[in-house]
Order: sequence, then structure tokens, then C-alpha cells
Amino acid sequence: MPRDGSFSYRHLWICALLSFIAGLVVASFAGFRQFLPPLLEGAWVTVQITVAACALAVACGLLAGLGKMSPWAPVRWLAITYIEVFRGTSALVQLFWLFFVLPHFGITLDPIPVAILALGLNVGAYGAEVVRGAILAVPRGQYEASIALNMSPLTRMRRIILPQAIVAMIPPWGNLFIELLKATALVSLITVGDLTFRAYQLNQATLQTVQIFLLVLSMYLGIALVITYLMRGLERRMTLGRA
Amino acid sequence: MQLFDWQFALEILPTLARAAVVTIEATFLGFAIAAVLGLVLAILRRSQNPWISSAAGGFVEFIRSTPVLIQIFFVFFVFPQFGIVIPAFTAGVMALGLHYASYCSEVYRAGLDAIPRGQWEAARALNLSPYRTYYGVIIPQAVPPVVPALGNYLIGMFKETPLLSAIAVVELMQTAKIIGSETFRYLEPITMVGAFFLVMSLISAVGVRQLEAWLHSRRG
Repeated sequence: MPRDGSFSYRHLWICALLSFIAGLVVASFAGFRQFLPPLLEGAWVTVQITVAACALAVACGLLAGLGKMSPWAPVRWLAITYIEVFRGTSALVQLFWLFFVLPHFGITLDPIPVAILALGLNVGAYGAEVVRGAILAVPRGQYEASIALNMSPLTRMRRIILPQAIVAMIPPWGNLFIELLKATALVSLITVGDLTFRAYQLNQATLQTVQIFLLVLSMYLGIALVITYLMRGLERRMTLGRA
Repeated sequence: MQLFDWQFALEILPTLARAAVVTIEATFLGFAIAAVLGLVLAILRRSQNPWISSAAGGFVEFIRSTPVLIQIFFVFFVFPQFGIVIPAFTAGVMALGLHYASYCSEVYRAGLDAIPRGQWEAARALNLSPYRTYYGVIIPQAVPPVVPALGNYLIGMFKETPLLSAIAVVELMQTAKIIGSETFRYLEPITMVGAFFLVMSLISAVGVRQLEAWLHSRRG
């Protein structure tokens, strides 16, 4: 589920307006009070899973991205295998595999850790390519200069290459985080009580599909806008004092 | 107990293969919707009328930023409320097509933006109607370069079809789950489904790369 381009400023306000209108439409229906508490509870679970999985995805992405450029062939193969397997199969298959198949190997995890693990590993594989692309985009002169200064490879990466690469990584990571947020809807299928799960339950109980799902969609949109906003802020901070 | 039972795997292979056909059907039908609707959205987004272009843009961002699973549920549950009963497969394909139409519209937008201004001006100078401008001049130039990007979304969409199992479409994932719940062996069916997706997407990724190279060489 790749995603090219990012939120354009021009449409940010349109989205805000749309979700506001959706909110008004929903609010004007009866039963709004009855829907909101369970949905907010679910939204909190969604947010927690998103944050934890994002952290795991960044860790996996960095490790695998760097691993794919490692001078040691076995590390490279390991990273490539990880990236190809997790990008080549769908997130839902991975989620089900971890949920249904791991117990066969005597490892039984609760649904929420499985959700975090599956989503983090999945998005981490996409992130690895982002990391690799950003590192390769650092001008060659920077490598040569740090070699000329007799820096060890570790210092070179830590002090020279990564700080420059991170700036280029932030926008694509922002897109991946939104992909991850959207993918958290899948965890409802392994019995995690997230926003989607609550929406499904409420829908079964009340059959007010339009109201419930519009409300839920605008809640996801709201969380996505928060992620976009935070990543913009981070980008501004990281590019402070740079040309 | 042996870890991966090959005997059992061979036994369930025909069932899974039949289900794989449903998965592939859903992918291509959904993508047909996405490819056409995406182009319509991309063109509407360029409309002179700010209301139309804003509405199209907002719609695309809204669909792109919200989970496809909920869109599938929405389409599946909303039609019966208006008295229209559609099969789960149709609802799922429609929702997937709609979701990916928003992605495709961004791809087409890039293609349309790459058309030199002179082409638009020439079409206007020749007094072509908007329809003939798009149909005869712009689209034949804008679409071929973005075909590889569309191909990547086709692969992306193929990998999203397991979501249809959530509304009980008996595709690959649902079949694997049914086999699992009947035999209490999840290892083989789910692993095989994963392997199927992995192989298919690796092969199609190579295909897309070759298509890209071919288009590149054709352009000279």
C-alpha cells in the first residue's frame, strides 16, 4: 500500500471542513450521545496501537534499511528477506499468521501485542526503503569528506550521514504513519476493541450505518490530520538553521 | 507432530486454488473501477469551477486518509438500508475500487500535470471541445507514462483483497480461515496464502519493472 505525494495544504482545510460538516450531520441525528463514549474508547485503543506500532516501525525500518546496505552479505540477505516478505504479503495475512499460527509454535500473545508487532513489522519493511533512499541521497562528497577526516564508519553514520538523511526521511515517514493508522482498522478482525471494532458492534446493534461510519471515518481523518500536523512541526524543527 | 504437514497442504491446495480465482477476479474488477473512476476524479479536480475541483479534491483526500476496511463495511451495510441488496463480493469490489480510485486519481494528476501547456493551448486554438481535448489530445499523452505507477497500485490492491474476508467474501483468506477452523490447523492454510501473495507480488513487481523499461525505450 504505497502512497505517493502527501497532503497538500490546499486540501487540508477542505478536509477539515468536510469532517466538520460530517460531524454536524452526525450530531444532528439522535443517538449521538449514545455512540460517542464507546467510539472514543475505541479511538484511544487505536491511538495507542498506532503510537506503539509507529515506534516499532521506525526501529525496524532503520535496522533493515541500514542492514540492506551492510558490507556483510548475510546481514544484507536477512534485511532483503525481511523487506520482501513483509512487503510482498498483505498486512492482514501477516496479522492472521501471527495471531493464528504462532500458537502452533507454542507462542501465544495477546491480541494487542500481536497487532503492534504485525503492523510495526509491516510498515517497517516499507520504511526500510525510505531509510535506504534517504541515506543514498546524501551527497557522495559527505562520505568522502568523513573518510578523509578518518572517521570510523559508525561515527560517520551517526554524526554526518544520518542527521542529513533524517530530514529527507520525515515526509515519507509521515505518509507511512498515516498508512499505519489506516491499517490499524485491521486489528478489529483479531478481536482488538479498536475504533473499527466498536463501530462494527454499534452498527450491528443499532443499524444506523451512515451516522456511525461517517463519524468513525471523520475520527480517523482527524487522527490523520494530527499526524500530518505533528510531522510538519517535526520537519520544521529539523530543518531549522538549514538552507 | 510434524511442523508443516505437506500431506495436508497438498490436500487443501485445490480448495485454495479455487479461492485464489475469486481473489484475482476481485482484484481486476476492482481495479477496472479504480482506473476509470480515478481518471474521472483527476479530470474533475482540474475543473475550472472551484466548487467541482474542491469537492473532487476533498473527496480524494477523505477517501485516501481513512481506512479501506471501514469503507468496505460502509458500502456493505449501507445499501441494504436503502432496500438495495447487493452480494458481499460486489460491495467489496466497489469499496476497493473506490478506495484505489483516489490513489489512481493522484497518479493521473501527475500525468496530466506533465502535459506541456502548449498542448492545451493548441487544443484551444483548434477550438476542440473539452471532451475532444481530453479524449483526443491529453489522455493519450498523459496515461501511458503513468501506467507503471498504476501497476504498482494494482499490486497494492491485490494485497488488500484479503480484507474482503471481513464481509465474508469467500476469497483466499476466508477460505484459509474456514479450513483452519474446521481442521484446527492454521499453519498450513495461512502460510500458503502468504506464500501465494508473496510469489504473485514478486512476479508482478518484475512485470511492472519490465513495462517501465519498455515504455522508457519506446519513448526513446
